[in-house]
Amino acid sequence: MTFAEIYRKAKAEREALESGGRIRILVGTASCGRAAGADAVLKAISSELERQSIEATITRVGCIGLCYAEPLVAITNPGRPGAFYGGVTPEIVPELIESHIVNDKPYADLALGTTGSGGITGIPRLFDMPMLKPQVRIALRNCGLIDPEDINHYIAGDGYGGLAKAFSMTPEEVIAKIKRSGLRGRGGAGFPTGLKWELCRKALGKTKYLICNADEGDPGAFMDRLLLESDPHTVLEGMLIGAYAIGANEGYIYIRIEYPLAIERLELALEQMTEYGLLGEDILGSGFSFDIKIKRGAGAFVCGEETALMASIEGKRGLPRPRPPFPAQAGLWGRPTNINNVETLANVPPILQRGAGWFAGYGTEKSKGTKTFALAGKIERTGLVEVPMGTTLQEIIYDIGGGIPGGKRFRAVQTGGPSGGCLPASLLDLPVDYESLTQAGSIMGSGGMVVMDEDTCMVDIARYFLSFTRSESCGKCVPCRLGTKQMLDILEDITGGKGKPGDVELLSDLARSIKVGSLCGLGQTAPNPVLTTLRYFRDEYEEHISEHRCRAAACKELITYSIIDEKCPGCGLCVRECPVDAITFKGKKKPVIIDETKCTRCGACYDICRLDAVKIE
Amino acid sequence: MDYNPIISCRNAIQLTLVPVTNKSREQLGKILSSYGADMGSLLPILEAVQRRFGYLPEEAMEEVARFLGIANSTVYSVATFYSHFRLAPIGKRIIRVCRGTACHVRGVAGILDELEKRLSIRPRETTADGEYTLETIACFGSCALAPVMVINDRVYGRLTTGKIGQILEGHRD
Repeated sequence: MTFAEIYRKAKAEREALESGGRIRILVGTASCGRAAGADAVLKAISSELERQSIEATITRVGCIGLCYAEPLVAITNPGRPGAFYGGVTPEIVPELIESHIVNDKPYADLALGTTGSGGITGIPRLFDMPMLKPQVRIALRNCGLIDPEDINHYIAGDGYGGLAKAFSMTPEEVIAKIKRSGLRGRGGAGFPTGLKWELCRKALGKTKYLICNADEGDPGAFMDRLLLESDPHTVLEGMLIGAYAIGANEGYIYIRIEYPLAIERLELALEQMTEYGLLGEDILGSGFSFDIKIKRGAGAFVCGEETALMASIEGKRGLPRPRPPFPAQAGLWGRPTNINNVETLANVPPILQRGAGWFAGYGTEKSKGTKTFALAGKIERTGLVEVPMGTTLQEIIYDIGGGIPGGKRFRAVQTGGPSGGCLPASLLDLPVDYESLTQAGSIMGSGGMVVMDEDTCMVDIARYFLSFTRSESCGKCVPCRLGTKQMLDILEDITGGKGKPGDVELLSDLARSIKVGSLCGLGQTAPNPVLTTLRYFRDEYEEHISEHRCRAAACKELITYSIIDEKCPGCGLCVRECPVDAITFKGKKKPVIIDETKCTRCGACYDICRLDAVKIE
Repeated sequence: MDYNPIISCRNAIQLTLVPVTNKSREQLGKILSSYGADMGSLLPILEAVQRRFGYLPEEAMEEVARFLGIANSTVYSVATFYSHFRLAPIGKRIIRVCRGTACHVRGVAGILDELEKRLSIRPRETTADGEYTLETIACFGSCALAPVMVINDRVYGRLTTGKIGQILEGHRD
């Protein structure tokens, strides 16, 4: 079959699906959906349809990014507008089907938004929802809408059209186009992608490699996982285009082993590509040949660094090495190698199809296009979003993310994972692009955005990140290996109530030495969480050291739990909840008592009490 | 979590000999025969061995070294570098607790405390009855459902300390 025939077939299949008179049901089945119970919902839907003898096409889609509302189900009756439902449980499924399918009456209680033409009164259109409306979805364009396990779904949406376009151009023209688009590396460093490709294209050598870096190691980041689970082909098409541009015939996807579903879907996608002649010898009759292998990481954060990543593919310990030589000159097995991040590659096919100018129309002067962000932590609507570069933190956290839950106050937002920093409320107007974030002392990073409220202690957060980098330091450079340990010890002292005058200065000193004395990005950026919290939240450090006080009441050694007698009705909820039996029941209508010697300060009583009768000091 | 390949040699004392049976030898041979004998195969082979045996028995690592024509110490050094690999057998059920940022902010420390208390083990340890192994993982990427833990392949999100007992109960046969 030629590509034109494959395309026609895929398109016809999709049209038949959309206008074919069958009821359509989409169920989100990415990892987050599954963790929220999507499999049980899917089973409940199948058995209910069977019970009622209803014929419907069920499609398992990826994740649209509305993770807070998982499990997600969309139902469309033929010729009618469809509706997306959130928080669906197996128990509610019969009612949902009865209402939407049998009675043709959308189930308003769970409805998030509508799709298709015409609306449904009382329910907003899906893409008019506050979380989706401000988004510009380029990398995520298909996520949650197509079946990631069926290549035809991708092709029907003009998938692999970018590759066809690239084949009609010379490799140099492709590179020039990517350069004009202004696309920069989405893994965090922001190196111009077109320039990177050009350097590798011009490097001497017959054998070249293209690697997709899917070792998404930043805790709190899940952009790559979601993309690969929801739309693997856009990344794979990006790899093909990149390989064609630089002249590579072998490619690797280096993906962390903690993402089993993404690996499974990638393997399936590669099989289907091979079947369609999109992989292997003479792809689509272009004369260009390319193969992709999946390499699984084995749980080492440092392997996200490109030289460590290549060492790992070679079967060695993942230790970084000095550059130069850069991977473009001597990379994997000493050959010229180009490494791009998942999201970077996902942006490539649309740029080829829709043009460099179209892409560069989004974003700021130096940061073009869009960026995905994983919203997590103390935020109302957790999930994955894609916004034009230059969107402010305020817009992302409040307009899109819905702000802080429970009426709490915003304390900080952490961007860039362990290499990034914590930004305070005064910087909420900061436009999010590479330069602004770096200037503020943080980094763009891969796009993790963890929101913190007044219950989060900024010194404890610095300690958390240092404990992470300390245990993930590969040990090669002394300043990183021992310096992070020293910084962590000091931070543990401070959060443990044993901080001393001079600790803060010592931390700053150590931070500078580690930054200049480390070989790779891990060490060079490891002190950032400490430096930014020192810069924006220094008073919290001082309070811990001189007053032994943690204003967030998060540092266990510095707090005590007690009962406000007037508020406690002696209901006994906390007595049952306490894991160490530190609370004594004194009879109904009498306040309970916390035994301080037994209390482990876990906070279970505080969380369960509905009358705010538990006091933390 | 508290394991640093360079400054700690905790794993060194945990090396475990597996009773060598003809069956396990045969299984190992089968794994090796499906890979090329080059250095690039080392990580995939170790992964396959661990998938089969639950950990990397010393005997198996020696066999892998022979197969690839490299020193035993090279295999050992790679196996101890990556946190995915274990050198000791694991329990019937493996509980992996996410230590990601979102989970931290949403109180995973309390969840871990609760698990440690109920099972009387620390991370990287197995209960005396061989039922549970406790581990921590840098991040599962299910941050929207924080705090998260995984028992075998089942993911539990939006955890509270109060839910732990019930979840463990549900996993007893």
